[in-house]
Amino acid sequence: MLDVQNLSMRFGGLLAVDQVSLDVQEHEIVSVIGPNGAGKTTVFNCLSGFYTPTGGKIVFEGQEVQGKPDYKISRLGMVRTFQHVRLFNQMSVVENLLVAQHRHLNTNLLSGLIKTPNYREREQKSLDRAAYWLDRVGLLDLANRDAGNLAYGQQRRLEIARCMVTEPKLLMLDEPAAGLNPAETKNLNQLIVSLKEDYHVSVLLIEHDMSLVMDISDRITVINQGRPLASGTPSEVRENDDVIKAYLGEA
Amino acid sequence: MIAHNFKHALFCAVVTMVVAYPILGLNLVARGTRVGLEGADTTTLVAIFVAAVVVFAFQLYRDTLMAALGKLPKLNPLAHREPMPQAKRVKMESWILTGIIVLALFWPFFVSRGSVDLATLVLIYVMLALGLNVVVGLAGLLDLGYVAFYAVGAYTFALLSQYMGISFWMALPLGALLAALFGLVLGFPVLRLRGDYLAIVTLGFGEIIRILLNNWTAVTGGPNGIGGIPEPTLFGMEFGRRVKEEGNTSFHETFGIAYSGEHKVIFLYLIALVLAVITALVIRRLMRMPVGRAWEALREDEIAARSLGLSRTAVKLSAFTIGAFFAGFAGTVFASKQGFISPESFVFLESAIILAIVVLGGMGSQLGVVLAAIAVTILPELAREFSDYRMLVFGAAMVLMMVWRPQGLMPMRRAHIELKRQE
Repeated sequence: MLDVQNLSMRFGGLLAVDQVSLDVQEHEIVSVIGPNGAGKTTVFNCLSGFYTPTGGKIVFEGQEVQGKPDYKISRLGMVRTFQHVRLFNQMSVVENLLVAQHRHLNTNLLSGLIKTPNYREREQKSLDRAAYWLDRVGLLDLANRDAGNLAYGQQRRLEIARCMVTEPKLLMLDEPAAGLNPAETKNLNQLIVSLKEDYHVSVLLIEHDMSLVMDISDRITVINQGRPLASGTPSEVRENDDVIKAYLGEA
Repeated sequence: MIAHNFKHALFCAVVTMVVAYPILGLNLVARGTRVGLEGADTTTLVAIFVAAVVVFAFQLYRDTLMAALGKLPKLNPLAHREPMPQAKRVKMESWILTGIIVLALFWPFFVSRGSVDLATLVLIYVMLALGLNVVVGLAGLLDLGYVAFYAVGAYTFALLSQYMGISFWMALPLGALLAALFGLVLGFPVLRLRGDYLAIVTLGFGEIIRILLNNWTAVTGGPNGIGGIPEPTLFGMEFGRRVKEEGNTSFHETFGIAYSGEHKVIFLYLIALVLAVITALVIRRLMRMPVGRAWEALREDEIAARSLGLSRTAVKLSAFTIGAFFAGFAGTVFASKQGFISPESFVFLESAIILAIVVLGGMGSQLGVVLAAIAVTILPELAREFSDYRMLVFGAAMVLMMVWRPQGLMPMRRAHIELKRQE
């Protein structure tokens, strides 16, 4: 469903991403790994439209999306989370999820001002959807708290729930396990697998936590210094000499 | 401790003298056709010196004094109480607001004409501040040229009535819509900007409108302004002593009461009140709608908002347009109230005052903005007996306010949408 060919991103003299290709099929979890500064997040920023790539093609469901504005890409069904959690801190947990459903709601000002039955129904539906996903990530009890007051692990889960209420086809997670303790990481692991199994969402994952990556990925792409180093199934990547040298360290 | 403060205290005293002497100690005097400079009398000079000594002493013993002040009993015993639950707070707020509105409806019949006139001005500021609150408080876009939209509303009415004889009630929606259109047009080039840059561009826009009105003499009358703007009518009834327009009747004759100039003032006040209430209600509703949430989301974290499919363009433009719309409303009422407008009324200071109201009231809070509008408009009137030092008192009040209550009179505690349990 997502096909990236020869993606390049140049910032002045710095070639941050050089000819990276990767693809994600339906119903698949693909991980991108690589040492710090390898250009993983830059790839994400190109895919989600925050950067306009300087070269290459990004095809999502048969449509070229490189250079499209970020909000349009997200409306196509490619939604991302961030390396550093980005919630709307002063809004309540449930409101965070309502904002995300902005485009599902009737945006007609008049119908909202006079509260037409149609408008109420949509509002109720989005509240229900928010409640469902809060329950799913175990935050239902905290629904009316300010998002900024949640513990870090809860914020991580809320960010994923916020993506899921937009009903994406492809979920892009940028280091979702960063800063989580082992128990939380295990929960996250189960959550991501269930997103794939139960909700038919494909997942593109950047992660440093090797146990998580090796456990749940169907395929892995390794990037080093902006260049693709290797790709394949977890076991193939684990055996690859270049990868071991560059990333896992020589043992 | 004191030795440590000595240098600082000396510096403060010198600054006091350097600042105060040219301002208070020197006077401009007209000598025939020429203007001369003259030293002030001895009492003023002594006063400046005493002031410097007071500043010196205060800075020297500052720590001791402030510590003593901290030991005084708390002025506000409620400062540390638990915040009340949201449902109760919202209920109380709406009761208070309803109370204020009912009071405001009957109040003008019992007070002097001057007070009602001032109150109308307060209501115009309430409208303006509520509108700017959308742009600054909710959407987080610092707009220093808000007065431009106010001017567009006022001039729309003035010009339409002058050239086409359009009445107040026709001009009200037209003025607001045209102001909204200007908001939309201004919105486009500034979408990419934020913070300081946005402030500067909007400041420029405000000045452009004012200078345009000032120099386009053929149409706007330039600095001479436009006079003879008609007053609003009540179902074709005029409030003047004699009927000006063919086909209208006059209010006092229809009801068989004696003519009184107060009728007109009270009528205008009531119009302003109704419009202000409508403004408040509409914005209150907008805040709880998806568009209101989008404003807030964009203010909180633009990148996250965009990643969720919110279009920055649409959200920012809607805030600008809606804010401008209500400024146009206020402008039309203002033109009708004054009967005469000129570019003088739409200088940068107006923008600054409206912004001050929003900040003083507490960004995003409606009740706070209403209170601040009342305070900012009435305080300079009350301080009239200080004559020359009126603005000084006003400025000092603002500084103290920002030091002690930087979050505003009534900081916004937005009504969250709550998830009710369905068990």
